[in-house]
Amino acid sequence: MTGRIRLVGQVAAVGVVAALLGLLAWKLTQDESKVTSELHRGGSPVAPAFTLERLDGKGDLALESLRGKAIVLNFWASWCGPCKDETPLLQEGWKRWRGKDVVFVGVDVKDFRGDARDFLARYGVTYLNVYDGKGSTVGRYGVTGFPETYFVDAAGNVRYRIAGPVEDAAELDAGIERALAPA
Amino acid sequence: MRATVVALIALLLAAPARASEERPTAAELESELVCPVCEATLDTSNAPVALRMKAFIRRRIAAGDTKSEIKAELVDQFGPAVLAEPPKKGFELIAWVLPLAGLALGAAAVGVLAWRWSRTRGSDDEPPDDSQEPLDPALERRLDDELARFEP
Repeated sequence: MTGRIRLVGQVAAVGVVAALLGLLAWKLTQDESKVTSELHRGGSPVAPAFTLERLDGKGDLALESLRGKAIVLNFWASWCGPCKDETPLLQEGWKRWRGKDVVFVGVDVKDFRGDARDFLARYGVTYLNVYDGKGSTVGRYGVTGFPETYFVDAAGNVRYRIAGPVEDAAELDAGIERALAPA
Repeated sequence: MRATVVALIALLLAAPARASEERPTAAELESELVCPVCEATLDTSNAPVALRMKAFIRRRIAAGDTKSEIKAELVDQFGPAVLAEPPKKGFELIAWVLPLAGLALGAAAVGVLAWRWSRTRGSDDEPPDDSQEPLDPALERRLDDELARFEP
């Protein structure tokens, strides 16, 4: 009887530990970002797909719908100080590259919709912007802070990343040229 | 009479909860909501987004929103991760179930151990077996002498 109870106890304990390890593994695979690790190894990882609400109120935007063009994907938030310095530079870049198979997409993360719209109006932003209040893209892209910019090629692969604000037009143009260069 | 007393107690207990729901304070909401960037409760965070959330809460309280309405609006904007207490559904349900399951398992283990211990103690208290062989007369005499030394 005692042996049986001990055996049941041991099986239950092993089962609980295995279940907790399984949960941990599941959570880690959900959060894992292969984008930054592959970029560090010199690769061109596939840009994680997303469909998010447009901040201009014109429905949703699926990243895949932009396939065939180079994408400047900028993660920002209206409460982020460096984003305020960077946004005019991006807007100028958008004007410069518009019509050259390049699109700019801003992803507003962990922010109030109203604050984001005010921000875009204040800085006269005319490129596409989507809303990701829950931050669902942050973990998949490996965004470590705001702002952060990813350069995606026409095939949908990330070619370059700038962590922190884009410092000047030359840095922005260099990123775009990498995304436009043949694979 | 008993039903009236029970109803009165229920009313007394429900009143503070209803007041908190209908007229929430900024302090209680800030302790029940989490900054989505630093993942600390709003009352302990000064992150820029936390400051905006605090300002939002104060505006909504002034506008007469209930606690549920304010929380629902913040969940709509930032997702359920802003709630300090995880919702009791989906994957987050595990956060509620696991500690209770752990407690139940612990209580069951303590119960089994206590039961086994009491059974062992019970067998110790049983009267001595009379079928044992009598002591050697010399040894018995010596034992009596030794015991007599302790008697007053």
